[in-house]
Amino acid sequence: MKKYSYVGKGVPRIDAFEKVTGTAQYTADLRLPGMLYTKLLKSPHAHARIIRIDTSEAEKLLGVRAILTGKEVPYKFGIYMQDKETLAQKKVHHVGEPVVAVAADTEEIAEQAVELIKVEYEELPAVFDQRDAMKEGAPLVHERLHEYKHAPFIFPKPHTNIANHFKLRKGDVERGFKEADVIVENEFYQPQVQNVQMETHTSIGQWLPNGQINIWTSAQSPFAVRHLLSVGLGVPIHKINVVVPYLGGGFGGKAGLHWEPLVVLLSRKAGGRPVRLVMTREEQFNTTAVRQGFYARVKTGVKRDGKIVAEELLFLWDAGAYADYGVNITRAAGYSCTGPYEIPNVKCDSITVYTNHPYGTAYRGFGHPEFHFATERQMDLVARAIGMDPVEFRLKNAALPGRITATGEKLREDAGRVDECIKVVVEAIGWGKKEPKQVGGKLRGKGIAALWKAPAMPSYTSSSAILKLNEDGTVTLSIGSIEMGQGTPTALAQMVAEELQMPIEKVKVVTKRETDFSPYTWQTVASRGLFMEGNATLDAVRKLKEQVRETAAELFGVPKEELVVAEEKVFVPGKPDKSMPLAKLATAGIFPDGRGIGGPVLGYGMYTAEGLTNLDPETGQGLPALMWTFGAQGAEVEVDSETGEVRVLKMVSAFDIGKSINPVLLKGQVYGGIVQGIGSALMEEFIFNEKGALLNNNLTDYKICRAQDIPDEFVFIPIENPQRNAPYGVRGVGEHVRISVEPAIANAIYDATGVDLFEIPMNRERVWRALKQRGEKVASA
Amino acid sequence: MSRHEISLTVNGERYELEVEANRTLLQLLREDLELTGTKQACERGDCGLCTVLLDGVPTKSCLVLAVEVDGREVTTVEGLSRGEELTPVQRAFIEQGAVQCGFCTPAFILAGEALLKHNPRPTEEEVKEAVGGILCRCTGYRQIIDAILDASKSAKK
Ligand code: FES
Ligand code: FES
Repeated sequence: MKKYSYVGKGVPRIDAFEKVTGTAQYTADLRLPGMLYTKLLKSPHAHARIIRIDTSEAEKLLGVRAILTGKEVPYKFGIYMQDKETLAQKKVHHVGEPVVAVAADTEEIAEQAVELIKVEYEELPAVFDQRDAMKEGAPLVHERLHEYKHAPFIFPKPHTNIANHFKLRKGDVERGFKEADVIVENEFYQPQVQNVQMETHTSIGQWLPNGQINIWTSAQSPFAVRHLLSVGLGVPIHKINVVVPYLGGGFGGKAGLHWEPLVVLLSRKAGGRPVRLVMTREEQFNTTAVRQGFYARVKTGVKRDGKIVAEELLFLWDAGAYADYGVNITRAAGYSCTGPYEIPNVKCDSITVYTNHPYGTAYRGFGHPEFHFATERQMDLVARAIGMDPVEFRLKNAALPGRITATGEKLREDAGRVDECIKVVVEAIGWGKKEPKQVGGKLRGKGIAALWKAPAMPSYTSSSAILKLNEDGTVTLSIGSIEMGQGTPTALAQMVAEELQMPIEKVKVVTKRETDFSPYTWQTVASRGLFMEGNATLDAVRKLKEQVRETAAELFGVPKEELVVAEEKVFVPGKPDKSMPLAKLATAGIFPDGRGIGGPVLGYGMYTAEGLTNLDPETGQGLPALMWTFGAQGAEVEVDSETGEVRVLKMVSAFDIGKSINPVLLKGQVYGGIVQGIGSALMEEFIFNEKGALLNNNLTDYKICRAQDIPDEFVFIPIENPQRNAPYGVRGVGEHVRISVEPAIANAIYDATGVDLFEIPMNRERVWRALKQRGEKVASA
Repeated sequence: MSRHEISLTVNGERYELEVEANRTLLQLLREDLELTGTKQACERGDCGLCTVLLDGVPTKSCLVLAVEVDGREVTTVEGLSRGEELTPVQRAFIEQGAVQCGFCTPAFILAGEALLKHNPRPTEEEVKEAVGGILCRCTGYRQIIDAILDASKSAKK
């Protein structure tokens, strides 16, 4: 019988006390001696050559300590494509791109200085739609694309706007379409949106005269920040220390490198004083990274019995001005393109296209919410074309264990079950029940959508953990993964307490990340944290126990195999004289005569992703997935046919998470993800004018869900088919909760109104227009 | 810029300060008094994260000038708990899982405290209304609403 049981319990998050009392520190809460404040002069043009910059008036202003222009910082940064300039160098690539940065004693002085700077531009023709940008003769966003360094799995096309072209070829689609009884083809479209983390991007940088670089930043990936900065600036890594305090939301938008180079370079110019940049909300929309726009064409060939025989997909991504994570989103969406179904013949071209929009980056779901909108709408449309129930149609084609994915991977027995997710959702939403369609003059309908996703990451990514035994028998766990609200550190504390069979109050997880001290992890992204840091943590526990046993074996004169570590002791079961508190071994073991042996106890654990391979550049075949998490979403909506307003009444969700480590935190992930999905389904979109300037760059005009906008009811059903190589069998779910919300709602809108929508957001105007159009068609028929 | 002398009470402590006419209450709290629990996320009244209690009333501190609070009483998140002892609302936020990144948490807790003071038994709709001006991108609000409802029950006991 275990004395302590934490895994599976809703223990309170370990950072909650600090957060409810306001003592949790975020980057903008820090104040360093001598700190300077930054303001940016940004481009008013989408595409223009910089002719002249005159900073002379600004330099005269009292309190201005450094002014930086692009010419002085000729570096290029980028995680997969080295294309990003810190400040625009020869030309600007989008409205809102920083051109000049000023560091001054106060923000007010910096702002005044910015107003005194004059920049002369010569406007260039710009391109705003990814389809236009692919045409012959389109203006080039990056003329020197052919010179850029990039990751080996990214395939840019020199002298075009194509930053990456991912190809997937499985079977023979042409033959598949010939076998098909029915072929259905549709187009889908989504605008750029923003992560809208409540904390805007914030960085403090210091480049000391001795070459040491210190950074405090709101980043999801401190080790990637360090690495990319080192590559971009040509500075050795050990000279860079990156500290990440609490993060006020990331959702992918704070992964990789963003404004860290800018503050560091400003600091160098200011003689090593720390320089802070807090993005304004307007800059968070205009200047910093966003989610790519998306266009899809999906052609599906199906037999009358419901078996899909061929699918051809074209995904075009509006990457904006820089490739950032966009090129890898393109790849991840490309290799997952079928959704959770087995299709024998697949052809997918997923293409990242530069435009003169703000630059795209990761946003929770990494391309999967976007393409699932297309593919899960398509599933309903194809089912309808052959007169089959959409649930039955999905189950018929489901990617079950043993089936072959689009990249040729045979799904393992322990891969998780999409069919179980679909079935429980269908049950809980009351699918097929005859219910009145009209309630109080409003139309009601139900829709479902399934989903899958694997962590999108290089094949060899790794994590580590350090577990220290302290002098009083408590333990301290250090990890490199960030706490950004998802709760991974709390779940790891639960695992450590469970494995060591000790009270969780005696387990500390260090909350601050600091690359000089924290163990390495690749990044806090891709829903990989619990799986990878979890495996590293379990390994650290094993090593710590091993060291304890080795020393205790010497002290007791017994073989170490007989020793058990639990309940804050090491002991031989049934032999009370062979037992010792862990505290007594923390720094060294001591023989009765005073001799010491062993040494400070520390478990160093690690984990490297297993079994992944590169994908074939021509066919995309290979093993990209550490694990697949499957799921399904069901929506019940109410549509006001007078106004076009859609209200989500109920959301039902199921994910095969393998194991629920902390049900309370898990529920929080689910609700939060769904509500983000509802935001992009119904209200969020970037609206530009014809010159590429964002018109709704504030939270009045760009609405996100408020408390009044959430569904009346959430039902969440965890499915627990354990993953063999995962800690406690757990799979990642942080992003999945946010996938397939949009198509479930769109499918429900069709059920309610008979109107098909191919574009999001499905805001009042769009729904009202579609209803009106259908009304006209019905009237004229 | 003209400077003004003001005196105010923040979390029960009296302050006498000289402030510029355009300084906001949010700047005064975060920068002059270094009470950084109050967050800034838009500076134009859209997000509600800068909410504090001004004479007990939830107020967006980015929309209030420091000179306007002369002689008044401000409560920030730092003024709620006594040492380790949390208020029922703070406790409920922890128990219900209403906290994720925590950036919005101080604002929601203050709004919850003010609501329960005037309306100890609010309905779900009343809670939604009371927090409707504050944004959270992480939680989906469900557990925040549940926490405030839960605190209203436990406070009665
Ligand atoms: S900072 Fe005051 S409302 Fe946003
Ligand atoms: S908990 Fe992150 S914004 Fe609310």
